[in-house]
Amino acid sequence: MKVFDYVRPASVAEAIAAAAAPGAVYLAGGTNLLDLMKGETLRPDRLVDVTRLPGLDRIEWLGDGGVRIGALVRNAALAHDAAFATAYPAVAEALLSGASAQLRNAATVGGNLLQRTRCAYFHDPASACNKRQPGAGCDARGGENRLHAVLGWSEACIATHPSDFCVPLAALDAVVEIEGPAGRREVALEALHRLPGDTPERGTALAPGELIVALRLPGEAAGFAAHARYLKVRERTSYAFAVVSAAAALRLEGGRIRAARLALGGVAARPWRARAAEESLVGVEAGEAAFRRAAEAALAEARPSGDNAFKIELARRLVRRALALAVAGTPARIPALPASPFPSVAGARHDA
Amino acid sequence: MTPDISLSQVPAHARHGSSIGRPLTRREGVLKVTGVARYAADNHPAGMLYAVLAASRIARGRVTCLDVPAAMAHPGVVAVMTPANRPALALDPDAKLHPFMFRLDLLQSDAVRYANQPIAVVIAETLEAATEGAALLAPRYEALPARVGLDAGESFVPPVVGVGHPAEQLVGDVEAGLASAARRVDATYETPAQYHNAMEPHAVVAAWDGDSLSLDMPSQGMAMAQARLAGLLGIAPENIMIRSPFLGGGFGSKGLIAGPQVLGILAARLVGRPVKLVLRREQMYGPVGHRPPTRQRLRIGAGADGTLTALAHHALITTSTFDDFFEPAADASHTLYASPAIATSHTAVRIDTGTPMFMRAPGEATGSIALESAIDEAALACRMDPLAFRLKNYAEVEPISGKPFSSKALRACYAQGADRFGWAGRPLAPRQMRDAAGMLVGWGMGTATFPALMFQAEARAVIRRNGGGVVEIGAHDMGQGAWTALAQIAADAVGLGIEQLEFRSGTSDLPDGGIAGGSAHTATAGMAIHAAGGEAVARLAELAMDDARSPLFGAGNAGVVARDGRLFRRDDESRSESYADILTRAGLAQVEGRGKSGGDPAAQTAYAMHAHGAVFAEVKVDPDLGQLRVTRLVGAFAAGRIINPRMVRSQYYGGMIWGMAFALHEEAVTDRRSGRMLNANLADYHIPVNADVPEMEALLVEEHDPHVNALGIKGVGEIAITGTGGAVANAVWHATGMRARRFPIRIDDLV
Repeated sequence: MKVFDYVRPASVAEAIAAAAAPGAVYLAGGTNLLDLMKGETLRPDRLVDVTRLPGLDRIEWLGDGGVRIGALVRNAALAHDAAFATAYPAVAEALLSGASAQLRNAATVGGNLLQRTRCAYFHDPASACNKRQPGAGCDARGGENRLHAVLGWSEACIATHPSDFCVPLAALDAVVEIEGPAGRREVALEALHRLPGDTPERGTALAPGELIVALRLPGEAAGFAAHARYLKVRERTSYAFAVVSAAAALRLEGGRIRAARLALGGVAARPWRARAAEESLVGVEAGEAAFRRAAEAALAEARPSGDNAFKIELARRLVRRALALAVAGTPARIPALPASPFPSVAGARHDA
Repeated sequence: MTPDISLSQVPAHARHGSSIGRPLTRREGVLKVTGVARYAADNHPAGMLYAVLAASRIARGRVTCLDVPAAMAHPGVVAVMTPANRPALALDPDAKLHPFMFRLDLLQSDAVRYANQPIAVVIAETLEAATEGAALLAPRYEALPARVGLDAGESFVPPVVGVGHPAEQLVGDVEAGLASAARRVDATYETPAQYHNAMEPHAVVAAWDGDSLSLDMPSQGMAMAQARLAGLLGIAPENIMIRSPFLGGGFGSKGLIAGPQVLGILAARLVGRPVKLVLRREQMYGPVGHRPPTRQRLRIGAGADGTLTALAHHALITTSTFDDFFEPAADASHTLYASPAIATSHTAVRIDTGTPMFMRAPGEATGSIALESAIDEAALACRMDPLAFRLKNYAEVEPISGKPFSSKALRACYAQGADRFGWAGRPLAPRQMRDAAGMLVGWGMGTATFPALMFQAEARAVIRRNGGGVVEIGAHDMGQGAWTALAQIAADAVGLGIEQLEFRSGTSDLPDGGIAGGSAHTATAGMAIHAAGGEAVARLAELAMDDARSPLFGAGNAGVVARDGRLFRRDDESRSESYADILTRAGLAQVEGRGKSGGDPAAQTAYAMHAHGAVFAEVKVDPDLGQLRVTRLVGAFAAGRIINPRMVRSQYYGGMIWGMAFALHEEAVTDRRSGRMLNANLADYHIPVNADVPEMEALLVEEHDPHVNALGIKGVGEIAITGTGGAVANAVWHATGMRARRFPIRIDDLV
């Protein structure tokens, strides 16, 4: 493969300096980047290995009841952290529904936020892809696109963001802490990923050289813990990306919805926060009629980008189901089949 | 190198005196799970270089430029092999001297005839340098429009399908049968291209010594590979030594030597050093075969009582532009259901793809899912239970030929499978069953069948004075358990405990073990071993019976039996003598026997020979979200004598999982414009995971077949794919009312 520099900085400052070089990329778990390099989708000149940076692998509880998660915390470690799974069960369920146990052991929180689309035309170096090569065109249009975006896409790009983890994070107002050449800043998770517009090559709000160092979930978001679910439709029972997914979180008082959070995955270039749907739910009685209105609102702007009209109706149904399951209450344990509509096999545990 | 196979385990319930029938665990299992087992790509001879293929990124056209200087300038690159400098061959790789010789892409020109075709090989000191060298070639192309899919060209009737079978076969008058039918089904089903995806990629480690060639290379047919290579390279077959002790799966893709393996050998010739070439996963989607897509039309007629009046099965298939492999999908309708009129036919279209090849149950699997779906539709049209309908049309003789079956325990398979599954009481109509969680529940079934084939093989057996024995055969363990099952046959053949037997296999310098394909390896290699052992025992018996000092003297026509290292007089087991005593007295260190196997033409003319089975599936489907899960699979199979029930169950499980994958998961996605593969990796090309099938059972139905071979062995490697795909599809219909006409079934079909 291409000869590249490998540097292993000892501090965040050193890492940022090392990543300033043209063609530099950060390497964490490598579960996505190395595949892309082997397939010649990406050919970086320098890998800046951040996995040994001190202090980024901690889960810290904050004064407001929220949590700060270091960017190098492994997906599996976070999902299996009992206090975290209690406070943010939909996030833990989303993590455990993604990839395989081996990948979850290797993948990091920061890397998961930055994973690249699964669009085959992005991965295939011989295909035209505006995301990979600005101005090249988009072979996904008119190609095999039944799993592509139905929201927020443009003529330039119809790719989706594949993360499960990011979907409940978007719903729960997660904040991303970033360090870079210009110092430290914060971005709402919802604003981290960009819709393609005319510049699909810019997939995130990160400036060159910027490094995600932590992720925060506010204490207020833990208030949804009793009624929070992540649900994922996929093409095999495990180890598959979402066709469509939904995170739903509610605060209930009596039979009424006091607050609602809703986000969709697999439908757009970013985890799709459905604010209009959330607003439609506030103050109303929890029930099928309300869920139906919310589903309509969430997908109001959806349109097929190819052979994927079925995803729009599927997403509506998924929203209704996710809301119904949220009302029914968070399960005492994360189900053996996380994020699946199938009930757990009796006696089976997700970590058995 | 013969691997050191441990003989440590003896099950508590072993039957004394016989190894056949014992559920031994894999004798090489510990080697495999500890990483000691050496697969081809684990070898690293001194001075070895790494070769990496550059593969075409167009599907049709020609290569106009390769930047060889750029690749050569990369540190570590030793050579670049292109059509300009590839060592000469003694035979044109496009020559086809017999139908079983398939054309290979060995850099014979700049033409590109499918995506992922090898267009150059870069040889370097490291894998990384060779990989980058291949990237630096930056090929430029003159591309022509790719022909993709079943509608890409004019279809034609192929000269033959499968292994020399007629493309069209007919008994009775199908049109009359359809015209007279009270109930008719006319349905078309599509199946996608699938790729073998053995866990172990095709690999070769090649070392030349003058005109002698040493190869570590996974192979399902070492003798055939020797012969093919000898022809291509212009050297004697016996100068080619192949070591293939273990395969990480083959499924037909390693039956014939693949083009990239030959390129590795040529690369070693070019640089004069040993070379290793291992395909990358995505490079296995092109030059090493696949199962072609099909579009199958089934027309079925039946009387009001459910008796078939006609069965017509047509299959449109694809093949490559440059070679002839025709998937015999419609032939699946030859053997299962009694109909006075049967017509099967094939047409093919040439597209810009690698040549399709034998892939686990080639034709049987593709044809079965369409046939079993259509039979289910016919049962419904007759308002009959699917099992009752199949029993109503049970074939007492092979329908296409009229021959009696050598054995057929399919009724017992139906009965035992249905009983175990709890089929009775199944409602006829769809969408009638739900579970406590509100999931739709459906039950479906399918009939499984696969021919009982025999190829040719040879073996050698030695019985030693020290009480031990050796059996040698160049057989192939693809993971199916040949190291174990064949050793069990060998132990019984020489009348020794398996612990006393040294079983040598997996290299080409041993007697030709035939091909591990067609589900015929255990029968074929096993019968050669049986014959060799029998001959060695006969030599011993001769020594004893002719010697007045032996208790067996004069046994004559009564004969002897061999067991536990002794010969016993058949009519008086109190008279026996040990092998050691016989050989000691004769002054011999050992006796040797050689054996051959092959099909019995007289029996094959007289009888139709097939294994059979019945598969029952339960699926649950979320009625809103289209999420689908196979919650139970029960298969009952009758395949003659079972050598090792543990290995056989494992084959049935693997087949049933594959059949389920056929219905629900596997599909190679090709870009309709470029002809390039879009999911050439195991993240996106879905095969089932454990969670996809929580509960599975395989029942071994007793069957004695006096005709297939002396041991009564039929094959078990492929049958369980058949029947299962249809059972799952039929269960999906029963759950949802949605009749799948395109596979795999997708969420889009269910919402």
